[in-house]
Amino acid sequence: MMKKYFPLFLPAALSLAVWLPVLFLAGGSLMGTAELTKNLSPVLNETYGYASWDLLPHFPTLRPYVRLLLDQPQFFVMFWNSVKLTGAILIGQIIFGVPAAWGFAQFDFPGKKYLFTVYIVLMLMPFQVTMVSSYLVLDQFSLLDTHWGIILPAVFSTFPVFIIYRFFRGVPCAVIESAQLDGAGKWQVFFHIGIPLGMPGIMSAIVLGFLEYWNMIEQPLTFLRDKTLWPLSLYLPDIAADKAGLALAASVVTLAPAILVFLYGQSYLEQGIIAASVKE
Amino acid sequence: MKKRKSTRTDFSGLWFIAPSLAGVSIFVLFPFADVIRRSFMGAMNSQFVGFSNYLTVFSNEAFRLAAKNTLRFMGICMPLLIGLSLLIALVLFSRMQQAGFFKTTFLIPMAVPVASVVLLWRVLFHRNGLLSAWIVSIGGQGSDWMNSPWAFWILVMSYLWKNLGYDIILWLAGLVGISPAIFEAARVDGAGTFQIFWKITLPNLLPSLYTITVLSFLNSFKVFREAYLVAGDYPHTSMYLLQHLFNNWFRDLSMDKLSAAAVLIALVIFGLILLLRRAWEEKE
Repeated sequence: MMKKYFPLFLPAALSLAVWLPVLFLAGGSLMGTAELTKNLSPVLNETYGYASWDLLPHFPTLRPYVRLLLDQPQFFVMFWNSVKLTGAILIGQIIFGVPAAWGFAQFDFPGKKYLFTVYIVLMLMPFQVTMVSSYLVLDQFSLLDTHWGIILPAVFSTFPVFIIYRFFRGVPCAVIESAQLDGAGKWQVFFHIGIPLGMPGIMSAIVLGFLEYWNMIEQPLTFLRDKTLWPLSLYLPDIAADKAGLALAASVVTLAPAILVFLYGQSYLEQGIIAASVKE
Repeated sequence: MKKRKSTRTDFSGLWFIAPSLAGVSIFVLFPFADVIRRSFMGAMNSQFVGFSNYLTVFSNEAFRLAAKNTLRFMGICMPLLIGLSLLIALVLFSRMQQAGFFKTTFLIPMAVPVASVVLLWRVLFHRNGLLSAWIVSIGGQGSDWMNSPWAFWILVMSYLWKNLGYDIILWLAGLVGISPAIFEAARVDGAGTFQIFWKITLPNLLPSLYTITVLSFLNSFKVFREAYLVAGDYPHTSMYLLQHLFNNWFRDLSMDKLSAAAVLIALVIFGLILLLRRAWEEKE
């Protein structure tokens, strides 16, 4: 028995590092002000002594959530900014990315290899490399300090093209050829065969994209000066002692959509991670 | 994935790609060409100045500090991440019944937005926080962790926390890809567990190692998110990274230095990608 479970000790110990923070947030968001103050006062008010923590609240209450709902209009502005930005980016990526992936996967034309290499290189460049160039182009089009200035460059990220491409490559030739024999045109094949068969790839791109853009920090921080346009990922809670409960509730509300998408899409997420790595 | 033979030479594929390519050109390719041009021009007068911007960048003290920290960060956290994730993947691979739970667990941090753990971070690493409390209770000394050289290690930990699941998935995919028949044959020939690991598992995982290294490298740029939300524009000098420097130069609108630095980083990454492709092709 011991021998059988012994190797699992390391993963089990490390998974505490994942579950404890989640419990901390969930439990803390249900604590009343008095309990939070008692626990965290040494940190929040710089009083003497050390912070302490109970994993479960002694007197659970939903008050922090109610206060968040009633007293924090700017939090909801940011929440909707996030929904808007993430939604628009994902829709745009699908509209432009899916056909491009199909074009790369199913057709052969001179220069395709080089063009695709350009796409891969761009997908691997971190934000800092394209920061200045994005600034220049957004400035040119007067898109600085607008949501479009965040959405448009992200729509043309080449990452989803690559992910969906990997799945489109797996569509068997025979299926396409038989459709063509039946007289289906290129666009018909794309819409009636490509998209349905490539759906797992599209889902993978959406799940990976959601987790990425819901947590977007660099782009809005750099290109949005007007804080009313900021998404939730930049919400830095004011953690004075009486507001700690609010801040915890806000953290949970920020976390919830990402966790839901994760739980719903975990298998797509795994497929997507693998698809992005397997060489051809 | 399988190789396909019968993709047809057919320019109509371009119609599918054109809208995306137009956007990519407008938003990335053309402006980046402009950045390359600017990296050779003076800030004020738009005169050609040769490599002087590059020299300025190299002799800039903040750049040296940031480059040193970034290299140190990557040099420490990537081997740690790659080794630890391999270890866990091997354990999970031998116990597939329990693997599902742990895969889910280690992937969760990927979904957790940085903004939602900022508060936890402060409570943990404050001078009077939980970490200090714990250290004191076992007889040590508390500290203002985020404003000490420990800040660097906290950043390393948070990188591991965030990326462990990602790398485990990649290693597992590599392990599943090794044909069970090879293991079987080795065992029949009397090879021990360690022999099998060194002679069969590791060599077969080599292609995965290349990819995992590159992806871990690229993901390491994103650690700026944690660093920024927790410590702001000017963190403890031990965790002042290139990403902070870019941000600060951007705020000063030092386009000349920024352009040169962007081109430099792009070159380094481009070089790495070429190396990787080379390694891939040799494996074939």
